[in-house]
Amino acid sequence: MADSVFIAFQTNDETRPIIESIIADNPKAVVNRMPAMVKIDCPNRLVVRRQSIEARIGREYDLGELTINLVSLSGNIDEDDDAFILHWD
Amino acid sequence: MNTVATAVSARAKKLSQRRKYELLTRGLGWDTTYQPMDKAFPFDTFEGIKIHDWDKWEDPFRLTMDAYWKYQGEKERKLYAIIDAFQQNNGQFNVSDARYINTLKLFLTGISMAEYASHHGFALAGRNLRGVSARIACQMQAIDELRHAQTQVHTISQYNKFFNGMHNPAYMHDRVWYLSVPKSYFEDAMTAGPFEYITAISFSFEYVLTNLLFMPFMSGAAFNGDMATVTFGFSAQSDESRHMTLGLEVVKFLLEQDPGNVPIVQKWLDKWFWRGYRLLTLVAMMMDYMLPRRVMSWAEGWEEYFEKNGGALFNDLARYGIRMPKYHDVARKEKTRLSHEAWGIFYNYTHAANFHTWVPEPKEMDWLSQKYPDTFDKLYRPRLEYWREQQKAGKRFYNKTLPLLCQVCQIPMGFTEPDDPTKICYRETEYKGDKYHFCSDGCKDIFNDEPEKYVRSWLPVHQIYQGNCFRPGTDPTAPGFEPLKEVLQYYGFHDGMDNGEFLDSPDRYNWEKWTSKSAVAGDRP
Amino acid sequence: MAVEIKTTSVEPLRETFSNVAERLGGDKPASRYQEATYDLQPTTNFHYHPLWDADRELYDQRRTKIVMADWYTLLDPRQYYYGAYTITRSRQQETMEKNLKFVEERGLLSSLPDAERERLVYALVPLRHEEWGANTNNCYITAFGWGTALTQATMFATMDRLGLAQYLGRFGLLLDGNTGESLDRAKQLWLEDPAWQGLRQLVEKLFVTKDWFELFVAQNLVLDGLLHPLVFERFEFQFSRRNGPTLSLLVDFMTQWFAETSRWVDAVIKRVVEESPTNAEQLAAWIADWRQQVNVALTSYAEAIFGAEEGAVQLAEVGEAFAKRLAKLGLKAGAQ
Repeated sequence: MADSVFIAFQTNDETRPIIESIIADNPKAVVNRMPAMVKIDCPNRLVVRRQSIEARIGREYDLGELTINLVSLSGNIDEDDDAFILHWD
Repeated sequence: MNTVATAVSARAKKLSQRRKYELLTRGLGWDTTYQPMDKAFPFDTFEGIKIHDWDKWEDPFRLTMDAYWKYQGEKERKLYAIIDAFQQNNGQFNVSDARYINTLKLFLTGISMAEYASHHGFALAGRNLRGVSARIACQMQAIDELRHAQTQVHTISQYNKFFNGMHNPAYMHDRVWYLSVPKSYFEDAMTAGPFEYITAISFSFEYVLTNLLFMPFMSGAAFNGDMATVTFGFSAQSDESRHMTLGLEVVKFLLEQDPGNVPIVQKWLDKWFWRGYRLLTLVAMMMDYMLPRRVMSWAEGWEEYFEKNGGALFNDLARYGIRMPKYHDVARKEKTRLSHEAWGIFYNYTHAANFHTWVPEPKEMDWLSQKYPDTFDKLYRPRLEYWREQQKAGKRFYNKTLPLLCQVCQIPMGFTEPDDPTKICYRETEYKGDKYHFCSDGCKDIFNDEPEKYVRSWLPVHQIYQGNCFRPGTDPTAPGFEPLKEVLQYYGFHDGMDNGEFLDSPDRYNWEKWTSKSAVAGDRP
Repeated sequence: MAVEIKTTSVEPLRETFSNVAERLGGDKPASRYQEATYDLQPTTNFHYHPLWDADRELYDQRRTKIVMADWYTLLDPRQYYYGAYTITRSRQQETMEKNLKFVEERGLLSSLPDAERERLVYALVPLRHEEWGANTNNCYITAFGWGTALTQATMFATMDRLGLAQYLGRFGLLLDGNTGESLDRAKQLWLEDPAWQGLRQLVEKLFVTKDWFELFVAQNLVLDGLLHPLVFERFEFQFSRRNGPTLSLLVDFMTQWFAETSRWVDAVIKRVVEESPTNAEQLAAWIADWRQQVNVALTSYAEAIFGAEEGAVQLAEVGEAFAKRLAKLGLKAGAQ
């Protein structure tokens, strides 16, 4: 079984579309809702796509903005202007 | 129309964030020639770490300073708006019950002041390392940690106005016996070299262990109606995720730079895992005993965040020849005992601590039974019930003898043998004719590796016995001299207000008077 | 509908933290700056000796010759704690970003005549290394200094100087169309060009200056006090007269920053002078020494960016203004 990576956000209106995007882009993601925060686990690899978020919020999005509501994460990070990827491999 | 301008502007390449960051950052430093590099950066070689190419350092978040100001300014605006609203609405009375406030006392005097220490340590590393990107990452963390200390002071400031025990956090942090646990932890890291510091704090603490501090605690604060703390906590966590990636990057960078670094890093990972785990004892106790509404147990938190997530991390590091930290198996064995043993210690010595302790309500004991089916009813419930009876009979138990402290972690020797939860674990070492005591093999190993360092631990109990914990001018030979009372003065306590049993405390009385709610309501509707 | 008005109000037990109340001379509401600043740094009961300074404590007042009865009198007139600081800078960076975008979209720098562009690359872009040096030095003060009142302000200064270095880098990218060539060229100038060597030699000397308050004086008072006006006021003025106000727009951040930061530096110096004649003498000696060294360091640079005669005149005028500033702080002017 592959090890899981995770990312966690504060629960608020800004993260709702981000979480929706992650769920859409990562079919294996498991969403755990806790008081005031959401933790998303995913086997081996999880991707956050700029375009998916932009499609939901209707404006340009800079992946750097993720940090504003980020709570925690685990995994190696690969990031460019289009995607933020967590992975173990 | 300016055709040249149009032409040039059209030629200007669009820069990716990565490229922009590299251009604006990488080349800033230079090899000094008017002064030797080793004189300009004298502290980043003595640990034996070898760096061949600082440019191999990867910065996962690649924040330039303008972006830092932008994002952090936005976070601060949001945070202070909530703190203002919280104060205006007397939000301190919306928490689950008055016992909850004690987590904030522990937090402010223990954790917030440790955030300040962390700020200082990263300022040291931010000056002392010679690689530009690494220094910038450390400097950003240095200012972030200052942020955490200050936002925590500002948030808890409102609680300080209405509750006792947190009226002088920095002063207490320097003096109170159990606060030497976090204080010595950070001072241990800071007095080491810069590489050990960032391995200790960025990796072992932030990456491996900090989730256990913030995730359940902040979720717990939300669950207990403390919106101000939730807000600073999560706002701090958003910086923390940057710090965690720094931690992982530090370790990978060191391991990739030179094979000779691997055993050094492994030794640090062993040491700082154990140091950090012992520090988290305070968190274990907070999670299981101090939150009136509980989110998850310490054991569950440990399984989720260390065994599962931490396990994945160490699996990933195996390719560098790194193994799980020594004694992680002991932590696994202790997970169903840690919080109970810790609460027992603090219940004994709460008259000398700046927060209250209490026996859990029956329903809370049931929760503990359910979360700890193998240990709670058998080992801990009987003792708690006995203490409850004694307290009801007006004989609340306080332990008046001073405890023996572990020379390394500085927690009183109350932990049990890894394979026998009924037997206290004692370890000792002789060094230069003196005997030193330890709570565990983990702490003993740490001492044996650097005895000259740890013989200098400022152990609160030893210091009391040596007469170093009285205010200047105190005369211990004066008639009627009461050492304990004097020590509490030295701690800056208001005796009878800041310390002791919760049920007997002014906090409880005030809460019931002000809110007309039970001070031990907890889960009850 | 009856509206119940709560008539009994809850009286707080105390208005602020004990240590703050003691400093304010009584328990009264305190500012966020005060609560976030006073006594935050540990002062006693240290564990272990630093492996990197075995004869001293982790925090140790003996790392400078300056003696203060209370280091928390060195307050920041801007009252910056982290929140106040970042919120202020985030507004300023927003304006700066607009200015940079304005200049970039219209190609205002890249369309300058080659010689003028080269003049900017020569005069300004290598300064990013000097600013990185200022970052290093303020970080040193933060790491080895005493008292949160001062060390938090130097922490902010540390980050400010990184910001300034990066903005200077952005100017380079505006000049070279984002290729980074100007940054390479600027680094080469910094490392090899004779006119820049005095300044680099000075910065490297600051890297090995051990007394952290001396470093504060040398970097934040003397070097900044002479270099920043020389470049961001005088050179900018001269350049803008010939080429229009583009550069004024770009250095607006720097000039505002310098005015603001100087108020803080002045407040610190003034307070240290007032503390004791010994401090005042020590400061005067440091200032005289570093003024002389900074003058030497800046001479060839000023000549290179203004022309031989004009450079000397500009530097002398900056020196006169600086002497007036020192006089206001209760200090003698020091060597010319």
